[in-house]
Amino acid sequence: MSSHASNVDPKTAELWDKSHYQHDVISTRTFGYFMYLLSDGMLFATLFAAYGVLSYQHSYFGGPTPADFVKPWYTFAQTMALFLSVLAYGLGMNALKHKNKSGVINGLLAALVLGVLFLALDIHDMTHLASLGISVATSGGVSAFIVLTQVHATHVFFGLIWILVMMAQVLTKGFTTEVVGRLLTLRMFWHLQAIIWVFVYVFVYLWGYMS
Amino acid sequence: MLVDLAGGWNPMWGRLAWSQIPYDNPILAPLFVAVVVGAILVLGLITYYGKWTYLWKEWLTTVDHKKLGVMYILIGLVMLFRGFIDGLMIRTQQAWAVGAHSSGVFGATHGYLTPFHFGQIYSAHGVIMILLAATPLLVGFMNIIVPIQIGARDMAYPYLNALGLWLTAAAGALIMISLFVGDFAHNGWFGYAPIFELQYSPGVGVDYWIWTMELVALGTTLGGINILATIIKMRAPGMTWGRLPIFVWATLSANVIALTSFPALQVALALIAADRYLGAHFFTAGLGGNLMLYTNLFWIWGHPEVYFVILPAFGMMSEIFPTFSEKPLFGYITMVLASMAIAGVSWLVWLHHFFTMGAGPYVNSAFSVATMLVGIPTGVKVFNWAFTMYRGRLTFNTAMLWAIGALFLLLIGGLTGMMLAVPAINYMVHNSVFVVAHFHTMLLVIVYAIFASVIYWFPKVFGFKLDEFWAKTMFWLFSAGTVLVFVPMYMLGFMGMTRRLDYVFNTVWHPYLLVMEFGIAVYMLSVLAFVALLYVSIRDHAKNQVGADAWGTSRSLEWLTHSPVPFYNFAVLPHISARDEVAWRRDNGIDHVQPDHYEDIHMPNNTGVAIILGGLTFVLGFALVWRIWWLCALSLLAIVALVIYRSFKGDPGYIITAAEVEKMEKEALRREAQISK
Repeated sequence: MSSHASNVDPKTAELWDKSHYQHDVISTRTFGYFMYLLSDGMLFATLFAAYGVLSYQHSYFGGPTPADFVKPWYTFAQTMALFLSVLAYGLGMNALKHKNKSGVINGLLAALVLGVLFLALDIHDMTHLASLGISVATSGGVSAFIVLTQVHATHVFFGLIWILVMMAQVLTKGFTTEVVGRLLTLRMFWHLQAIIWVFVYVFVYLWGYMS
Repeated sequence: MLVDLAGGWNPMWGRLAWSQIPYDNPILAPLFVAVVVGAILVLGLITYYGKWTYLWKEWLTTVDHKKLGVMYILIGLVMLFRGFIDGLMIRTQQAWAVGAHSSGVFGATHGYLTPFHFGQIYSAHGVIMILLAATPLLVGFMNIIVPIQIGARDMAYPYLNALGLWLTAAAGALIMISLFVGDFAHNGWFGYAPIFELQYSPGVGVDYWIWTMELVALGTTLGGINILATIIKMRAPGMTWGRLPIFVWATLSANVIALTSFPALQVALALIAADRYLGAHFFTAGLGGNLMLYTNLFWIWGHPEVYFVILPAFGMMSEIFPTFSEKPLFGYITMVLASMAIAGVSWLVWLHHFFTMGAGPYVNSAFSVATMLVGIPTGVKVFNWAFTMYRGRLTFNTAMLWAIGALFLLLIGGLTGMMLAVPAINYMVHNSVFVVAHFHTMLLVIVYAIFASVIYWFPKVFGFKLDEFWAKTMFWLFSAGTVLVFVPMYMLGFMGMTRRLDYVFNTVWHPYLLVMEFGIAVYMLSVLAFVALLYVSIRDHAKNQVGADAWGTSRSLEWLTHSPVPFYNFAVLPHISARDEVAWRRDNGIDHVQPDHYEDIHMPNNTGVAIILGGLTFVLGFALVWRIWWLCALSLLAIVALVIYRSFKGDPGYIITAAEVEKMEKEALRREAQISK
């Protein structure tokens, strides 16, 4: 028996699709976006690996280490801002289930404001470091610290632009398939930034502060 | 925060200056003139024949996966030729600059290339061959074949598909322009820390290298997502996992690798950029940088990438052997498992690229064993192909010859790979041309599989077969070149010749180098034979027209629809009942049954956004290389604005009515009936 043999009877077999088979647009979209997030996760994994290799004592070359400049409570405030932003976005998505336009807009707006707060705290922190004379050029260890945290911040920045765009689209286009699909993918993106932040906060800020 | 540059810089032009144009270089200046004349000629011809509208509407703005695939393959072939010319220049220098008494011209003490120029050529050769020749060629075939093989009308994201192509084109343009504006990296295709640091490579060569690779990496990641989503979400009804054509499985495993590994390359290169642009200390010597961190990060991508390019080649061979043996593929399930196993193990072997790092016996042994494990699934594949041919009704068509050639090369490359997997041997031949010969043998497996696929799938895409005489001539010339170049290279490796020598001190090696130079000349003849092949085939295309099943013994779903494939792929989506659906229908005498009625088809619209984004990305890359900050900001802003514009505009697509489909189908069937007469 050859391997292509089928137990379908060729005389009665259905040769052409009669079921008006349709691919689910939103599911295809969110699945593809999920894969993009996996690759984004790999990007951060590589950065964490680099940070791990460059966080030995000799990586700081006698200069300042995170233990000298990390303020855990300050960064905890950032954590709360980002987590509340994700919560607000989630509440907005809850409103989406009820096709509640103002609920979605309010959720997105709250997420935007809290996200801006997060970013403002981050920028303030970085300018503070710069005023101390600490930059990527200080040492390998500090390079890894700054690049990892700022790549995350860049993700948040683009997420904020995206939130703005989605607010405009919800207002002008309403809940079309495309807009709903984008709201769902943006939710995945926004959650991933919070998840990555957990690792950044624990392994970069707290661990750096302790060691 | 930005680094201070040693050379000149001004806000308007960045580092650009007239002195960066190598008009006094006796090799590049005539080439530049030739390129300009050629470009004017081509553009003039397009204008003369009034083809701009056709080009823009049918090709440059298309989202059709087949046309995008054809353009990927065209880019791949052009870059393959460029990479081949680089190889020819390397071989000529090494055949010439042997011994203290060898002559020198064009400012070189020995040979005709200065060491700095020679370094740029071997670096560009590697980058081009792997990232801009092999990758686009394979992605092109995946693009054309996979959606048809699974019974889809297009990829999951047609617009993203076009974007991936234009990002790759932008990368190709960036590396080509480095020939005439500035210079290219001289640090080898994979780079070494700390030579690529600004302190040791103050020019723009390394920057060209960084941004070219970043663009390809981005394009390939996006393409990988698209192909994975297509395979997982877009299969026709009845196309279960167990019925998936084997090339689709190979593509799936390859793109799992692409999706997960390319981000590592992006980060590795971005960290070099941080060092060079912001003065960071990731890979510097001193101030806490770690040189081997770079090598590890690079090869964590680099080795999976090797399997990203070889797995689709295996998939192509797995389609071609059964067709020309008139037998189903032997061991379908083991073939699938082997592909997935290779994809998995690809992540556990990167350290074998630098056993000499000194990680110690335990680490080296672990990676040595992991590397040897690759031999098991690969061996399974080789035996499966052999058993597919065993007692089959073999047709020695040129596609089959290329596939069998690939099988022999895989044996040689695989066995030398097993030798290199042993750290004790590896220490002896590390960085010798033995290693170079090994990985060229493996990459030639891919080239052979690609040329096999060109012959095999050409009639599906264009509706006529390629000329057999010139195809066979090309195959034998190419194979003669392969033997003449790489057998002496293995021997020189054992004699201790290291790679990348711009001057060969040992005159005993001269005869071998001359044989290799002769081999390169034979390769050149095969390139000419390829041109003749295309010319003769297009001239005689009326004679070689084919119907849906071009080979008469084809097996998988792409051979069910017409050749050339209509832009909607299938008038009515097929319902799949068997693995090797076309063979099953043929064996049961129902392969000519057509659908009894047609329905409306929904298709995506063309878009100019993708090519404009590609152009803007090229500008961004160029501005980054030359540190023209205002242009960086402007192009980045334009990119973001265009993406947002596209998201507002959206694409409702358009409908082809059932009546139009019926008309086109009748025409295609009438054409097929004429051919079979």
